[in-house]
Amino acid sequence: MYQYNDTDQTLIEQRVAQFRRQTESFLKGEISDDQFRALRLMNGLYIQTHAPMLRIAGPYGLLNAKQIRKLAHIARTYDKNYCHFTTRQNIQFNWPQLERVPDILEELAEVQMHAIQTSGNCLRNTSTDHLAGVCIDEIEDPRPYCEIIRQWTTLHPEFAYLPRKFKIAVSGAKHDRAATQFHDIGLHLVKNDAGETGFRVLVGGGLGRTPIIGQVIKPYLEKKHLLSYLEAILRIYNLFGRRDNKYKARIKILVKESGMEKFSELVEKEWLLIRDDLELAPDRIEAIKAQFAPPAYETDAAQDTSFAQQQLENKAFATWVKHNTADHKVPGYRAAFISLKAPDSPPGDMTDTQLDAVADLADQYSFGELRSTHRQNLILADVKQADLFALWQQLDALKLATPNIGTATDMICCPGLDFCSLANAGSIGIAKEINEALDDMDYLHDIGDVKINMSGCMNGCAHQSVGHIGILGVDKKGVEWYQLTLGGSSENEAAIGERLGPAVAKDQVTQAITTILDVYIKQRLEDESFLDMVKRVGINPFKEQVYADN
Amino acid sequence: MQIIKDKQIVDDSWSYIADDAELKDGDISVSLARWKKDKQQLLKSNGKIGVRIGPADSLEDIAADLKDIQLIELDFPAFADGRMFSHAWLLRGRYNYQGEIRATGHFVRDQVFYLSRVGVNAFSLEKTEDLPVALSNLNDFSVNYQKSIR
Repeated sequence: MYQYNDTDQTLIEQRVAQFRRQTESFLKGEISDDQFRALRLMNGLYIQTHAPMLRIAGPYGLLNAKQIRKLAHIARTYDKNYCHFTTRQNIQFNWPQLERVPDILEELAEVQMHAIQTSGNCLRNTSTDHLAGVCIDEIEDPRPYCEIIRQWTTLHPEFAYLPRKFKIAVSGAKHDRAATQFHDIGLHLVKNDAGETGFRVLVGGGLGRTPIIGQVIKPYLEKKHLLSYLEAILRIYNLFGRRDNKYKARIKILVKESGMEKFSELVEKEWLLIRDDLELAPDRIEAIKAQFAPPAYETDAAQDTSFAQQQLENKAFATWVKHNTADHKVPGYRAAFISLKAPDSPPGDMTDTQLDAVADLADQYSFGELRSTHRQNLILADVKQADLFALWQQLDALKLATPNIGTATDMICCPGLDFCSLANAGSIGIAKEINEALDDMDYLHDIGDVKINMSGCMNGCAHQSVGHIGILGVDKKGVEWYQLTLGGSSENEAAIGERLGPAVAKDQVTQAITTILDVYIKQRLEDESFLDMVKRVGINPFKEQVYADN
Repeated sequence: MQIIKDKQIVDDSWSYIADDAELKDGDISVSLARWKKDKQQLLKSNGKIGVRIGPADSLEDIAADLKDIQLIELDFPAFADGRMFSHAWLLRGRYNYQGEIRATGHFVRDQVFYLSRVGVNAFSLEKTEDLPVALSNLNDFSVNYQKSIR
């Protein structure tokens, strides 16, 4: 994991000092609401329904035990004993006091964390595959490039006031687990004909009000040109992106309105002029790569026989292993998911006690590191198979072992009307209801891989348009209604969900979801996943049943 | 009126001439439209010449004239209009402009650090009492990650 040098540390400390001055200025009335808004947003601070919300960066989802303990401490000291993990691998606190935010940032800086550019119309936290560096289908570990991009984006002087927010995701594996096709820029590590690794660059993808799948702008970019190419795209966007209407200000609209051919011509022209000046030196790449060197894996981890035995003897453990762990490139190791989707807890939330305990588990079983996923769970990425049983028991005691990763109750869910000032409708309550309706684990596991994403408004923070089942809260004359979509996906075969029909009332949502799943159970072919069935039969069979009584 | 120039608070010698006002002696700046229209007359004036540009203006329109222009004013209509940052970078990094680049209009003092990094070397603030603080804001950070102008 990347460790800060003096430059990194100085920079975040100076950023804390700057934000402290800005906050004091605002509290003294020296700067306007509007000016402070732009300044605080660039430091992750929103004003929400009840209190400010502070979003802290989880650089490409990677955290160490010390940082997790610090989050627990902040939850205890400055918040109501919990925090929330987001779809872009960040961490949110919902109840800090504005006056104390500079103190929180100072505490974070002690453990190499910050809230820089986690909101606002600027370059945001770069996200990546939660299985980076350990998965079995990887072309190259994307994290060193994420770190290079993190540094480049941090306090970039030219691109701090973009037309709209800008998100970059990097994937290094064959299977896209980072939703790169739905980012402003998506980067895929690929091999060219000569066997060298570089980037396939996508641009103009995005979710929100106008979901669009990103298009390839550069099929193969040499690594040394990574930053010059990003800079060229950003300069063109900064100069020509629309600023007259915030709903048309994302780069996807610029690409759409100018056409890919014209847009890529502008980028190419700009890039050729700056390319040589911004080349990444091979030793710089190597130095960053060295910080992501594999940990000291035990070479005989696969010799263990207890793991197989324990699965035979304990069905609940075997179920957890099947659903909540993933294959690891090193024999004898697995990646273990920590489910933040327990039935009685809001999706993605974690208490201070759980955070502290998980930090200890990371130290004990996974080289002191932890990752957050874009589906709002956590992962201990490097667990020996012999340790999994003990880990499972401890996670179970913490209510963090619900064996539902990848199932219908592993929902992505935004904070909704309960917290967010933008929301039109509640989401946490509905997630709870769906969870209760699907409490039969055997049924849930029989349904298998179904991704349900639910947002409380059009802004789509929970990526409902790419959910296998999407739920979107809308407001109709002061009443909460929910639009359903089917067939979306953010993975390799990216697709935007198709609307099922008219919005359903709040008390009908759970019924509609269970009906959809029943239709699947009854009409699926052998081994056919939910998404595959929707692709095969379309939405009509589902529609007929959901609206049958209306 | 005082401004910040090259990290010092100094008296300003320039006057901006509105498009419908008469040209006058001394160091004057005009809009890009006026420059295009009255270029020959302006080149004969006895003072130095500046051109004020807005975010939507294209620098290509003025690139060939930069040798005759001693001041470019980047006039912010709103502080969040980030095009000005790219204009400054392009003036220095692409067109190798050596004259004064001054931020004017509705920018805020918290932006002077970034502006200085992309090549702006003078700042005319809405409130002159903010000048000392803005001067200190130029040193908000002693480190940075990216190659830019400074």
